[in-house]
Amino acid sequence: MKRRNLFGLAAALTVATALSGPLAAQETLKIGAVGPKTGPLAGGGAVTFWPNVQLWANDVNEAGGIDVGGTKMMVEIIEYDDQTNPGETIKAVQRLATQDEADFILAPYGTGLNIASAPIFERYGYPMVTHTAISDQIADLSGKFPNMYFLLGGATGLAGGVVDVLTQMRDAGEIGNSVAMVNVADAFGIELAEAARPQFEAAGFEIVYDSSYPLGTQDLSPVINGARDSNPDAFVAWSYPPDTFGLTEQAQIAGLAPKAFYTAVATAFPSYGARFGAAAEGVLGAGGVFADGDAFKDYAARHEAVTGAKPDFWASAPAYASFQILQQAIEGAGTTDKAAVAEFIAKNDFDTIIGPITWDENNSNAKYWTVGQWQGGVFKGVASTGRDGAVAAMPKTGWE
Amino acid sequence: MDILITGLLLGGTYALIAMGLNLQYGMARIMNLANGEFLVAGGFAAFWFYTAGQVSPLLTTFIVAPLAFGLNWLIYVVMLRPLVRRAKSHGQLEVDAILTTFGLAFVSVGIMLALFGGDYFSYSYLARPITLIGDTYGLNRVTAAVAAVIICGGLWLWLNRTRAGMSIRAIAVDPKSARLVGIDVPKLSALAFALGGAVTAVGGALISTFLTLDASTGVMFTLKALVIVIMGGVGDVRGTIVAALLLGILETFVATLIDPGLTLAAAYLLFVLILLFRPQGLFGRRTT
Repeated sequence: MKRRNLFGLAAALTVATALSGPLAAQETLKIGAVGPKTGPLAGGGAVTFWPNVQLWANDVNEAGGIDVGGTKMMVEIIEYDDQTNPGETIKAVQRLATQDEADFILAPYGTGLNIASAPIFERYGYPMVTHTAISDQIADLSGKFPNMYFLLGGATGLAGGVVDVLTQMRDAGEIGNSVAMVNVADAFGIELAEAARPQFEAAGFEIVYDSSYPLGTQDLSPVINGARDSNPDAFVAWSYPPDTFGLTEQAQIAGLAPKAFYTAVATAFPSYGARFGAAAEGVLGAGGVFADGDAFKDYAARHEAVTGAKPDFWASAPAYASFQILQQAIEGAGTTDKAAVAEFIAKNDFDTIIGPITWDENNSNAKYWTVGQWQGGVFKGVASTGRDGAVAAMPKTGWE
Repeated sequence: MDILITGLLLGGTYALIAMGLNLQYGMARIMNLANGEFLVAGGFAAFWFYTAGQVSPLLTTFIVAPLAFGLNWLIYVVMLRPLVRRAKSHGQLEVDAILTTFGLAFVSVGIMLALFGGDYFSYSYLARPITLIGDTYGLNRVTAAVAAVIICGGLWLWLNRTRAGMSIRAIAVDPKSARLVGIDVPKLSALAFALGGAVTAVGGALISTFLTLDASTGVMFTLKALVIVIMGGVGDVRGTIVAALLLGILETFVATLIDPGLTLAAAYLLFVLILLFRPQGLFGRRTT
């Protein structure tokens, strides 16, 4: 499943002919993109990853290309579908490195696929700026793979954001002390539930219902009924896209309407707001952006104009920002030499659409959004580990 | 009580998922691995008609059914009949059909990706609570379960009370002998296959009102359908219904009283037990 970005190629050819070819052998930068177009993560990839690859290539080529030491180079995207299969991700990265001889490769989509392919990026010396890898093993990973960078944060921070928001709501007298927590029995859900459990207890919350369900469960009503029967003040679900929708719908049906209702991945998707409409108001979810900021508004408008779809309110902008970092590093280093670009990334701060990025000792962006909330049809960031623009969380008032 | 009703509702969903495959595998003798893709396509049709024109998914089923019937008829006649003709044994046909429909599944996923994109198609339809015997259930699930009863009941009556239905059952038992008594095996096999495709697509349209699908979720439904069909007994409508309900009730029972995390384990334990003690399935005929 290989598809070259025709637009990029066409644009590159036009420029190449315009310059009538006295340039050095290579006028285009080959950029590899590996991600799921099929398989369990395809839905998330189609919202968050692929449109941003398209938008970034479009933006770069529209501006005349990337400035590599005085030469403007257009980008040509080479796409591979990894079928949400780590083995395929590894094969695709290998093929990009050896057969396509890609100059750079964009980090894949999803925590597992990033971790799986990190050794291959490392072996061929490609810098890897991840945009959708959430893990508490960042210190370990960046130790093993010095060219691996993280934009989206860690599980402890993500869970901690939720605990903080609920603590603030409790201290304001908006909710009580009991939390019902469920998680999808998959790497992401398990890691977050385990990170959240001690933090809830340390903050003085009582977990009155704690349960997991298998990935792909077709009926979530026993889960929601169990949570409802424990009569919680807050409901927290470490969920994946299909179950985020399923849990929300089932909560409406079963009359589970706590003052704080949190679902994780996909709550920030535009399709969540579109599907639940006014009922989504007040729902808390993983992620968030400075939705009222000009940088995001401008980005969202271009995203919709170029790809025909709205960006999500979490990882979309960081995905684009990770491509920006690569671009700025190539321009800053003034060369396509992978080692020089990797060194430039390590030693510099970057200014992106999600704001300034500085790396901590683990090559991780320490300031990231953790919790957002649907307010007035927009999913706004309500908690972060140091980003500007958070709004106050409000209690949810039923599903009407 | 609410466990029983929730379980029956889930069982209805499972019956919708599995009934089409039972017709295709049991009656037309084609192990169709692209079955789940037709379910997703049916779901997408419902999504598209609902978001584009506010057409109720229940009405959409009347558009989806003939379309899926025609398409599956074509697939059978063009792709699968040559396999049936040249197959020397049932085993060979099974292997050939699995390989062919495996490829067909990939092609279908690719076509759906190209047509609809990889995004989730999710919408709200009848997501209202309805009260049955003191507890609330999703109206869309109840509707789908009622539709499952109608579809399965209709199929059962058709297979047992009409001449065409009985002929198809005869083919399911023994295609060679069926020809000897003057049954048009190629024609009726195509009919059974096409009907199975139509039932699956209608099931998909109904299921999409409460499950979030995307272009590549089909394989999940194919697997579930296969488990249910084998548990119930290949080629037996009653078996599929009983197995679907049994699975639904068991999963709900485990999820409510023990732990939702154990539903898959319980389902496969049941599957293993049935395979151990009744390898031909609950209602299957023992092969000699």
